Amino acid sequence: MAEITYRDAVIRGIAQEMARDNDVVFLGEDVAKAGGVFKATVGLYEQFGPLRVRDTPISEQAILGAAMGAAMTGLKPIAEIMFSDFFAVCFDYIANEFPKSRYMSNGQTKCPLVVRTGNGAGSRFGAQHSQSVENWCMMIPGLKVVAPSSPVDVIGLLAAAVRDPDPVIFLEHKSLYPTKGEVPDGEIVDRLGTAKIVRPGRDATILALALMVPRALEAAERLQAEHGIDCEVVDVRSLVPLDTQTILGSVAKTHRLFTVEENPRLCGWGAEIVSIVADEAFYDLDGPPVRITTPHIPLPAADILEDMVLPTAERIVETVQRSFQG
Amino acid sequence: MATAQDRAQAPGSGLNDDIGEAKRLALYRSQLRIREAEQRAYDLFLQNLVKGTSHLSLGQEAVASGFAEAMQKGDLSFCTYRGHAHTLARGVSVEKVLGELMQRDNGLMRGKGGSMHLTSEEHGVMGSYAIIGAHLPIACGAAWRAQYKGDKDVSVCFFGDGTTNIGAFHEALNFAAIWKLPVVFVCENNLYMEYTPIGDVTAVKHPAADRAASYGLERIIIDGNDADVVYRTAQKAFAKARAGEGPSLIEALTYRHSGHSRADPAKYRPEGELEKWKERDPIKIYRERLQQFGVGDSIIAKIDAEVRKEVDDATETCKAAPMPPADILTTDVYADGGWAWRN
Ligand SMILES: Cc1ncc(C[n+]2csc(CCOP(=O)(O)OP(=O)(O)O)c2C)c(N)n1
Ligand SMILES: [Mg+2]
Repeated sequence: MAEITYRDAVIRGIAQEMARDNDVVFLGEDVAKAGGVFKATVGLYEQFGPLRVRDTPISEQAILGAAMGAAMTGLKPIAEIMFSDFFAVCFDYIANEFPKSRYMSNGQTKCPLVVRTGNGAGSRFGAQHSQSVENWCMMIPGLKVVAPSSPVDVIGLLAAAVRDPDPVIFLEHKSLYPTKGEVPDGEIVDRLGTAKIVRPGRDATILALALMVPRALEAAERLQAEHGIDCEVVDVRSLVPLDTQTILGSVAKTHRLFTVEENPRLCGWGAEIVSIVADEAFYDLDGPPVRITTPHIPLPAADILEDMVLPTAERIVETVQRSFQG
Repeated sequence: MATAQDRAQAPGSGLNDDIGEAKRLALYRSQLRIREAEQRAYDLFLQNLVKGTSHLSLGQEAVASGFAEAMQKGDLSFCTYRGHAHTLARGVSVEKVLGELMQRDNGLMRGKGGSMHLTSEEHGVMGSYAIIGAHLPIACGAAWRAQYKGDKDVSVCFFGDGTTNIGAFHEALNFAAIWKLPVVFVCENNLYMEYTPIGDVTAVKHPAADRAASYGLERIIIDGNDADVVYRTAQKAFAKARAGEGPSLIEALTYRHSGHSRADPAKYRPEGELEKWKERDPIKIYRERLQQFGVGDSIIAKIDAEVRKEVDDATETCKAAPMPPADILTTDVYADGGWAWRN
């Protein structure tokens, strides 16, 4: 057991998989000699050498296209797109190429790759370097999408993503890089498609993802202490495949559902989950499901403005408490 | 420009038989197969038996055949939506191709891909891509794998003149050049994108070749209607790739006899242009080439008959083939064979 940062967990996760399998290769902008703009790949170049850890030009289409061609023909590439907002300049690969090739070829073409990216707000970088884009990926049949919230999940889910035979989008939250958590020694391998109950509770289910998980946990403690409301916090972790069993099970127990989403409101992941719960667990509910999201705006740069729009523990507490007052 | 040199070596006084009769017959058969299958696809479209869209390579056969005949087993082809020719040239059966165009269960992908996405990995056909330029970076990735693993195969990527104006073309060329990848980029310059002449929208005269210098590559322009020229050029580029000397960019001048896609009557072409190019029809050129090399008419006639029979038989088989069943709708979305996105 050791306490490490989310950033160091990324390094450890990649290193664990590269040490295990020579077919795992890693490419991206400034990732090798410089160790990544978020310093989340420091030391990999020194450990695995220039053939396996490769700096690329600023060519997002070439990065993802090359990852795909390598994956189709036998390698297991990890590609880094520096900021998830840049998915927009290489979206063809994410939306049309990775996820459709197996289907269109009637099962001939494989695409076992991982795209890692820095997602989310908190760095005060403004609208083009801060967005949460998990819903851009979630809507595409053929992709898998995960977003870990803790160092141990980073390692375990990254390992699962690398070993998975499908293309996986791996969303690292930029504001979580400096956060710390306990990580066991030795190899860590988790499972895609599994949510995690990070705080058991009886009165309400709060679903959260990535940076919203620690905020939901903080809110749950305050709701308990200040209002006597005992919340169950579920870290969704994997948007595709989606662990609806854990989510529906929690709602069946608590009878109340809240989602905490960093994405702009329209078509956020919570909307899909609320619709599933409405379809399949309507009579389990004691009140309307409530989505707590960033409003439907581009993100502002100024810290004071950005802080006003992302869901906070404060807003979660108020929303849940108000909903209980009914 | 390789053409002048090849013309100098052309038959007449002192025949240059560097290609050899067996290979020449293979080049002829390959081109004719494409011609007959594409013509049949067009006829079946007129009978409403080919559904959706289709992009024919009538007139461009020499590029597909010249490259495919120079490839070895294990070499990989990356094609565009105009990919029937390249797929057939790697040895995929006419039946599988026509079946896919007719959207039948016997098609290459059982109707799940369609005319624009022909794929047969067992033949090295690593997909046909319908987003302009998308497959150039993908071909780089396959070549990267070969380089990384020490495999000796070459990735060959075919695309049109119009493709040279999209970003992925430029990203891929730079990427392939800096990593010295064993990839060969083949631009089939047929003078048009969909309906607009390439010259109207391109800053340089030769859309591929005039960009080669930007990536430190040789400027190569060839006669894409002469299969011998194409074959020799391919061999040279493949040898360079296999020797670890990096990528090549080849611009093959050619012309499509039909419209861009099945719906296009190609009214935008100046009068006489098609007729002029038909004088340089690759099949006609090659039949004459065989005759110059003393191949008897009966041998040519035998190939003609065999090819026609394959196409006729395939047509009948496809007409009789069932439509794809509903139970394949949800297969192969994910690697477990299914489509489950939740538990
Ligand atoms: C990104 C993208 N833009 C536009 C199209 C529509 N489109 C299909 S084919 C084509 C023309 C391509 O011309 P060229 O590269 O010369 O190939 P050719 O069809 O002549 O073989 C266009 C514009 C597309 N498929 N993808
Ligand atoms: Mg063209």
